[in-house]
Amino acid sequence: MKPSDLFKQKLEIINIGLKSFKESLDKTGFDAVNVDWKPPAGGDVEIIQMLDKFEEIKKKIDVDSANREAFNRLISSKPKLVGMAKAIDVIPGMKKNMILHAGPPITWDRMCGPMKGAVIGSLIFEGLAKDEKEAEEVASSGEIEFSPCHEHQAVGPMAGVISPSMSVYIIENETFGNKSFSPLNDEGFVKSLRMGAFTPEVIERLKWMEKIFYPAIDRAIKYLGSIDLKIIIAQALHMGDEAHSRHKASTSLLFRILAPAILRTTSDPLEVEQVLISIDKNDYTFLNLSMAAAKASLDAARNIKGSTMVVAMARNGTEFGIQVSGLDNEWFTAKAEVPPNALYFPNYSAEDANPDIGDSAITETSGLGGFALACAPTFIQFIRGTAKDAINKTMSMYEITIGENNVYQIPYLNFRGTPTGIDIKLVLEKGIQPYIDTAIAHKKPNIGIIGAGFAIAPLEVFKKAMVSFINKYSQV
Amino acid sequence: MSIKGILVKGKYYDSVTLMLVTKEVKKLEGIEDAVAVMGTIQNKSILKASGLLLDELKDAKDSELIIVIKGINEKFCEEGIKKIQEFLEEKKITTEESIEFEPKSFEGALKILPKANLAIISVSGQYAAIEAMKALKKGLHVMIFSDNVPHDKTYEIKKYGREHGLLVMGPGCGTAIINGAPLGFANAVNRGNIGIVSAAGTGLQEVSSIISNLGGGISQALGTGGIDVKKEYQGMSFLTCLEALIDDPETEIITLISKPPDSEVLKNIGEVIKKTSKPVIACFLGISSEIIKELGVIPARDLEHAALLSVSFSKGISMEIFEKEIEQKNKELKEIASKIAKELTIEQKYFRGLFQGGTLAYETQVILKDFIGNVYSNVPLDPSYKLEDSWNSKENSVIDFGEEEFTVGRPHPQIDYELRNKRIIIEASDPNVAIIYFDVVIGYGTNPNPAEDLIPVIKKAKEKGNAIFIITVTGTDKDPQNKNNLMKMLNETGAYVLDRNSSATRFAGYILKEIGG
Repeated sequence: MKPSDLFKQKLEIINIGLKSFKESLDKTGFDAVNVDWKPPAGGDVEIIQMLDKFEEIKKKIDVDSANREAFNRLISSKPKLVGMAKAIDVIPGMKKNMILHAGPPITWDRMCGPMKGAVIGSLIFEGLAKDEKEAEEVASSGEIEFSPCHEHQAVGPMAGVISPSMSVYIIENETFGNKSFSPLNDEGFVKSLRMGAFTPEVIERLKWMEKIFYPAIDRAIKYLGSIDLKIIIAQALHMGDEAHSRHKASTSLLFRILAPAILRTTSDPLEVEQVLISIDKNDYTFLNLSMAAAKASLDAARNIKGSTMVVAMARNGTEFGIQVSGLDNEWFTAKAEVPPNALYFPNYSAEDANPDIGDSAITETSGLGGFALACAPTFIQFIRGTAKDAINKTMSMYEITIGENNVYQIPYLNFRGTPTGIDIKLVLEKGIQPYIDTAIAHKKPNIGIIGAGFAIAPLEVFKKAMVSFINKYSQV
Repeated sequence: MSIKGILVKGKYYDSVTLMLVTKEVKKLEGIEDAVAVMGTIQNKSILKASGLLLDELKDAKDSELIIVIKGINEKFCEEGIKKIQEFLEEKKITTEESIEFEPKSFEGALKILPKANLAIISVSGQYAAIEAMKALKKGLHVMIFSDNVPHDKTYEIKKYGREHGLLVMGPGCGTAIINGAPLGFANAVNRGNIGIVSAAGTGLQEVSSIISNLGGGISQALGTGGIDVKKEYQGMSFLTCLEALIDDPETEIITLISKPPDSEVLKNIGEVIKKTSKPVIACFLGISSEIIKELGVIPARDLEHAALLSVSFSKGISMEIFEKEIEQKNKELKEIASKIAKELTIEQKYFRGLFQGGTLAYETQVILKDFIGNVYSNVPLDPSYKLEDSWNSKENSVIDFGEEEFTVGRPHPQIDYELRNKRIIIEASDPNVAIIYFDVVIGYGTNPNPAEDLIPVIKKAKEKGNAIFIITVTGTDKDPQNKNNLMKMLNETGAYVLDRNSSATRFAGYILKEIGG
C-alpha cells in the first residue's frame, strides 16, 4: 500500500478526542464517526496498573480462546422447560431448614427490609411461624440456613426466596445437560412475596398457586413434553420485550402454548379458568422462566480456565455480587446502590427505595434486559426515557461484551445480535458499567414494589474480580 | 471578594467541555472568575499564578476535577460551584442520552465505520499513542493532534507508519487538509495543484490561507508535527508525506514548511526531492537560503514568501509583481509607523508578542531579529534568551501559548483564549510596553467566536494603558469565522489589523526602530 492511495479514496474518518473536529467534517460533508472517548478505566491509576498486569498474564494464558469458549457455550445452550417439582425434591443441596435467597451470601441480620419480608412470608407459608414476630424469632434463631439461589443452580427475582415446599420450574439445558430452577412468579403486582410483602393475601395466593396453579402447569408440561424457552425469548424480543422488565410478549406466547394443554389436562373448568386468568393477568409470569433460561445457559459457561466472562450478576438488596467463569464460584461483592435512574409510583421517591435487589440481572448477564433494551422502546417509555436512550444504552453494551448473540436479535439494529457475554476486562478498560433493568422494592418489609428503572453494576465488583484473576493466574 | 474551591473525584471531563461550562458560569452575576480544570501539575501552576490554588486543592491528582470560583461573596462562590456541577451534569446527560449514539472506543467506532481509512486523535498525550497504534494496526492513516506523547511511543508509531505505508501526521500535528477535508485546525481553502508538507501547524494555516486568498489552491496539505524533523525521529513522517505528494498526480508544486530541521533530516529530505521534477519550495524558518538551495529547492524567506512563490509557480504569475506589492505595502506601513510611534511615551519601549500559533511566534522572532536582534521567549531562537518564567515577560518578549506549560489539561489556545486574554491585560498595564502584538488564527476546529472573546479584552486593555495593538489574522473569508468580517470588527477597536504575520511583524519592527528599540 502506498500512502498516496489515500488521496484516491473516499475519506472515512474516526475522530477520537475534540468533537469540534468531527463537526468540521460534518459541515464540509465528510463521513466521520466520533468516539465519546474517556481515558482507559476513566484514568483510574489503580485499574490501569491492574490492566497492565493482566496483559502480562495474557502472554501465558490464552484468555481470548477461553472467553470464546465460554461465550460459545453460553450461546449454544438450549434451555427448555421440562417439568415442575417441590424445591426440596429437586434443588441440589436444598434442606428442610433452608431458605434460598437472591444475590451473594448474606446473614439474617444484614438482610434488607424486603428480603426479610420475603423470608418472614416464606416461614409463615411453610408453617414454621404463625406471624411476623414469630417468623423473626425463627429466622434469627440460627435454625434456618440461608443460602444463595445461585449456589443451588437456582435463581429468583427480587428477594428471590425459595423455601423447601415451594414448587419450582425445572429447566434443562439440552446442549449440555445441566439443569436450573426458579420459583413461580407470585402474581400481584404491588404486594408479592418477591417484593417483600407477607400480607394474608400474599400467603393465600402462594397457597393457591401450590394447590391449583402448580399442578395444572405441571400436568400441561408433562403433556407437552417440554417447552423451548429460547425460541419464546427470541420471538418476544421481536415483539417489544427485552426479557427482564417487559414480558408481555413472552407471557402471551407462553399462554398460547400452555392453554390447549391445560384444557386437555385439567378437568375442572373453573380451575382451568383460574389458571389461565392468572397467567393472563400477570405479565411477569415469564420472568422466572427467562431468568432460569439465562441461568441454565450461563452455568454451562462456568469454570472455563482463563475466562474473564461474567457468569452471574446478582443482588441481595444489601450487596451486589458477580461470579466469573475462570474464577471458580467465588463471589465478588460491593455495596448495592439504589438505582440512580428510576420512576416511582405516586407518593414514593428514591428515599423509600431499597438498594438494587434480585437475581434477575442474570438476564443482562446472558445478553438480555438492559443489553436488549433497543428491542423494548415501550418499556423505556414507561420509565420516561426516549426510544433513542434505549438504542444508545444497548449500543454501549457492545463495548463490554465478548460477542453478539446468534439467536437473540434486535430488529431496529438490522437484526444485529444482542451484546452478549460481559468481559470484566472490557468493563474496567472502558469504564462502562453494565446497565440493568430493574423493579424497585420499598426498603421496608411488607410494602412491595414502588417503581422501576435502571441499575448500574458497581465498578468495584469488576475490580475485585480482576484482582482475584491476577492473583490466581499469575501463579500458573 | 471571596474564593472557594472544591475537588471532585472520580469524574472525567474533557478540557473543552470544562471550558464551555466555565464560560457560562463566568457570565453569571457576582462571579469574578471561574475555573474548572483537571488537577494536572500544569493546571495547578496556572491556578497558583492567579492566586486561586487554595490549600485544599494542592494535592489534587490528574484524574480529579478542580472547581474554583472567585465571587463577590461566599454565597455567590457556592452558587457558582453548584452551577458548574449542574452544567457538567447536563452536558453529560445530553451527550449520553439524547443525541446520536457515539461509540465509546476506537473498536466500537470501527464497527460502525468498517472502511475507515483515517483516524484523528486529539486525546491527551499519554493515551494518544495507544489509540494511534490501534488505528495503525487496523490499516488506518492517523493524524495525532495531541502533544506530550511519550518519546518511545512516538518513535514506535512513526516507525510503524513508515514501514507500513501509512501516514502518521503528528504527534503535535495541528493542521492537515486531505482530499479537501479540514482536519484539526484547518482553513477553508481553494483546491488546486499546490501540495504542502509542514512540520509547523500554524505555518501550514498561514501559507495555505495566503495561497487561497491569492486565488491559488491546495491539492493536499499534510502536517507532521514540529518534533518530527528533530534528530530522534529522523523526519520519518515528513519523508512519507513528501513521497506521497511526489506520487500524487494532482500535486504539481510542492511546498515545505518547518522550523529548522535537524541537519541529517535536511539531507534526507534533499535525497527524496531528487526523485521528483516537480518544483519544490521550502520555507525552513531561520535556515539560510544557501543551505536550502543546495538541496535543489527554491528557498522562501518567510511564510508569506513561500505562499507567493507557490502561487507564482502554480499560476505562472511573475514573482516581480508580488515583490512590488510587498514593497508598496512596506512603504505604507513605514509611514504609519513613524506617525504613531510619536504618540508613545518615553517609557514605552518594549514589544510583547502573545501567540496562539507556534510557527507565527517563531517567524516573528526571525523577522524581528533584523530589526532589534534577539527577543526573550519561552521558545527563543537563541537558548540564552529563554524566559526564566513564561508567566513574566522581560524587555522584548514573545510568548507561545501553544507550549506544553500552557496546554497540558487545557484546550489549545486557538480554542481557549482565556490564558492569553489574561496576559493581554497584564501586558497592557505595564507602562514600558509599546506594542502588544498577537495573532488570531481562525478556521475549522478553532474558537468559533473570536471577536466575542477578544473585543471586550482589547477594550479593557486599552483602558489600562497606551500601547499600540497589532493583530495578525490567519485565515480566509470562507472560514466559518470569515476573515474579512473579523478583521473589520477588530479594526474598530483601534487596533492595527493585518492578514499576514510577516508584514504585521515588519510593521512592529518599523515602530520599534522609530522609538530606538
